Amino acid sequence: MDKNNKIKIIVNGKLLTVNFKFSLKNLIEQLKTPINKVAIELNKEIVDKKKLNKIFLKNKDKIEIVHFIGGG
Amino acid sequence: MKLDILKIANKKFKSRLIVGTGKYKNMQECAKAIKISGAEIVTVAVRRVNISDRSKPLLMDYINPKKIMYLPNTAGCFNSNDALRTLRLAREIGGWKIVKLEVLGDKKNLFPDMIETLKSTEVLTKEGFKVMVYCNDDPLMCKRLENSGASAIMPLAAPIGSGLGIQNKINIKILRYQTKVPLIIDAGIGQASDAVEAMEMGCDAVLINTAIAKAKKPFEMAEAMKYAVLSGRKSYLSGRIVPNLEGSASTTKKGLI
Repeated sequence: MDKNNKIKIIVNGKLLTVNFKFSLKNLIEQLKTPINKVAIELNKEIVDKKKLNKIFLKNKDKIEIVHFIGGG
Repeated sequence: MKLDILKIANKKFKSRLIVGTGKYKNMQECAKAIKISGAEIVTVAVRRVNISDRSKPLLMDYINPKKIMYLPNTAGCFNSNDALRTLRLAREIGGWKIVKLEVLGDKKNLFPDMIETLKSTEVLTKEGFKVMVYCNDDPLMCKRLENSGASAIMPLAAPIGSGLGIQNKINIKILRYQTKVPLIIDAGIGQASDAVEAMEMGCDAVLINTAIAKAKKPFEMAEAMKYAVLSGRKSYLSGRIVPNLEGSASTTKKGLI
């Protein structure tokens, strides 16, 4: 956390700066992600989608948001 | 003939053609080809959501998972850990338990790493997954997979996307003889006759992606594959005649002038 109360997180390999006390729910809302079509991993642990509002992000957290695409 | 149903992990299907959803020009083409093929199961891959461009179309907007069963795969995984991670995420997206495991071992020919594949099958089965396994056509390894609880054995006919057709017919015949769970040819089908051949050999289904998606006319090929699978299956169930090196006239000699 820097002096402006910001933290840096990595979402799908991209660096994002968000406010301190930013929850996973805030992140999903900010990204406008359709929650019922994705799965979320926080530091390689799968996250229960029902508990997103209770999980607050920390500096250097790594988040993966995945969905289904075409494949053989 | 009574209704010919394919049963995988206690789920019932009328179609014995499974299709992949990769390599199409766009989602519309993919969705239309699937519809024409009559497939009830499609394979899908797990990838990162594009967080910077949200206008990208989503697969689920084109292919309704309530109407067509999604079969999540582990395409692109080269070790057990990546494959397990991918399928656990797939399950989390929406409760998918029937999955397709493929752990690749060679970047060039895309042959499966059978040691990693077997290891993953054991773990996934214990976690309650119903695992359909892409594998090579070695009867010993296939038996091991079956003994570890695989829900379907899916040997390659030839390398993925090669379109070479069934290369090792003897092994597929041995597999047909020994396999109690569904035996599905996965990878290597190039044209309709390859699909017919697989079904005539008694395989329970075939999985096709490239042969349809990359055909000059994907919709026509989707239809050709649909009928090939139906035709091959009927032929298998009908009890073919015994091949004979000598001719046998189709017309009686009685009344010959």
